[in-house]
Amino acid sequence: MDILANLSLGFGIALSPYTLMLAVIGCFIGTIVGALPGLGPSNGVAIMIPLTFSLGLDAVAALVLLTSIYYGAMYGGRISSILLNIPGDEPALMTTLDGYPMAKAGRAGDALVISGFASFIGAFLATIGLMVLAPLLSRVAYQFGPAEYFALYLLAFSTLGGISSNNQAKAALASCIGLMIAMIGLDPNSGLPRMTGGNLHLYDGVDFLVAIVGLFAVSEIFFFIESHGKSSAVGIKVDKVTVPWAEIWSTRWTMLRSSALGFFAGVLPGAGASLGSFMTYMMEKSIAGEKGGFGTGVAKGVAAPEAGNNAAAGGALVPMLTLGVPGSGTTAVLLAVLVTLNITPGPMLFTERPEVVWGLIASLLIANFVLLAMNVPMVKIFVKILSVPPALLLPGVTMVSFVGIYSLTGSYFDLLLVVAFGVLGYVLRKLDIPTVPVILGILLGHQMEKQLRDAMVLSDGEWQYLFSSGISTGLIIASILGFLAPIFLRRILTKPQAVSD
Amino acid sequence: MSHLSDRIFGLAVILVALVYIASAMQIQVSFLSDPVGSKAFPIGVASVAIICAVVMILRPDEEPEWPELWTVFSIIISIVLLIGYSYALKPLGFIIPTAIVASALSYQITPKPKFAVLSGLGLSLGLFVLFKFILDLGLIGFPKGWFV
Repeated sequence: MDILANLSLGFGIALSPYTLMLAVIGCFIGTIVGALPGLGPSNGVAIMIPLTFSLGLDAVAALVLLTSIYYGAMYGGRISSILLNIPGDEPALMTTLDGYPMAKAGRAGDALVISGFASFIGAFLATIGLMVLAPLLSRVAYQFGPAEYFALYLLAFSTLGGISSNNQAKAALASCIGLMIAMIGLDPNSGLPRMTGGNLHLYDGVDFLVAIVGLFAVSEIFFFIESHGKSSAVGIKVDKVTVPWAEIWSTRWTMLRSSALGFFAGVLPGAGASLGSFMTYMMEKSIAGEKGGFGTGVAKGVAAPEAGNNAAAGGALVPMLTLGVPGSGTTAVLLAVLVTLNITPGPMLFTERPEVVWGLIASLLIANFVLLAMNVPMVKIFVKILSVPPALLLPGVTMVSFVGIYSLTGSYFDLLLVVAFGVLGYVLRKLDIPTVPVILGILLGHQMEKQLRDAMVLSDGEWQYLFSSGISTGLIIASILGFLAPIFLRRILTKPQAVSD
Repeated sequence: MSHLSDRIFGLAVILVALVYIASAMQIQVSFLSDPVGSKAFPIGVASVAIICAVVMILRPDEEPEWPELWTVFSIIISIVLLIGYSYALKPLGFIIPTAIVASALSYQITPKPKFAVLSGLGLSLGLFVLFKFILDLGLIGFPKGWFV
């Protein structure tokens, strides 16, 4: 009954006309941002954060707006995957495998509707899972001291590269780059400047919003200059959109299985939505067998990764809200939202700011219904977005990013940092070094160091203290295993590459 | 030759990390210190970075496809433009620098001069109206002293 009482608290906040309006606006903007080729949920939300803060919304309102944008972008991402064969981000890659062949066969409308329903089921079930699991986990998290938190951060960093990167050394290096950048600024314990090179602008440290916008949004323009805006895929027209009820009904078990598996993949720290959509697609492919025709454009092949991907996105909110450890790029961006709003995720959040947690959950549920309503009948409007030429879109995105940061900090130095991070992002992505760990390092670096130092203060400098409890020892062992396992697993599990024309 | 990029980047990371460690050694220590202190964590992280970079040098991946020289040149131009934009935004206001930089970026992506100029102007004016009048952000449109 606790859940119901909490939910009514949440709906009390989320159902006010003002918040409802923000949710609808957020869903709309999010779907557009997600549908734009080359913009995925992470960079979409990244550009919107500074703008939202400059608007001066209060914490709950800003959170509702940004999470609706995030959910909307998850929905919208499938549009460019299916019609253009361009996944907006890593998890959407799996949707292209059957979505694009289906669209080429003249069933683009069906593919969009089926994937819209699958997204809805996945996200809806995951939100329910979040309501059940998060309070339980937050109770466990009360037993966490500095040593356990340090071990948890270690786990997050060592598993984050995991499946999504092809090279563990590069993933670890990315985390180190982020952590090294996080150390710039005033030392939290002594208050003395470190690693600033005497530059006064750096005394406050490097703002992670600057890093996110640079790495995710500005680096994109260099890629478009390189390709001269040519995309290899030709857009596919959507003629008539009808709801293929029979086909949706035939995928019901696929959607349910994929939602469950995707949710658990999302809850694992560091795994996130990429693993969710990958595992669900592979699972359904093996269940369907040779006759299933996966990869040729079948409904199940569209439903499985979309349900898995959206369920994983919901699942990733569990460790993010209860422990403050994000599991994926987009949850890292959402964590950035919370931190900027002065909300510290963790077990205390559930008791101290229940209105934030349950308001967020309620608005996720509402956003989900709004998105289903928007994405099935109105999908043709969003399809039009795809025809925006890159030569107009990318300069626009860059200018919006700059204005967002500028109106937030008002400093030319931060704009220079945005450019620097854009160049860094271009080089890193060229070298196949993941950029999400860099963001996570900047975001969590302070906390990680603080927990380590607090643990050492408690134990008077005894390093064995890190292994003093079962939880911390288990987490440290898990992080070592989690770092080493992909090196061996990668030979067995080969990722299917995107379909080529 | 084919694995050069990873090796060069690895080498650069090692150099940066060494400089980083060297400057971490110089961190002022306050008299109220904890057992770990301000130096240990940065030095530790930079050391792990060096280990990763050594692995990258010893076991480099396949060479990525770098753009041709002309494209590198136009990427550098756009970087310079964006740096200029960062400095210009405050003294020159939003509209003029945005129109110029957005047109230039648009031209770099698809070299159609007319389209580029129109998108630059459209973006600059459209975004200004959106930010200033709809979202109510504190933007300055033109340099101080024009239209007062």
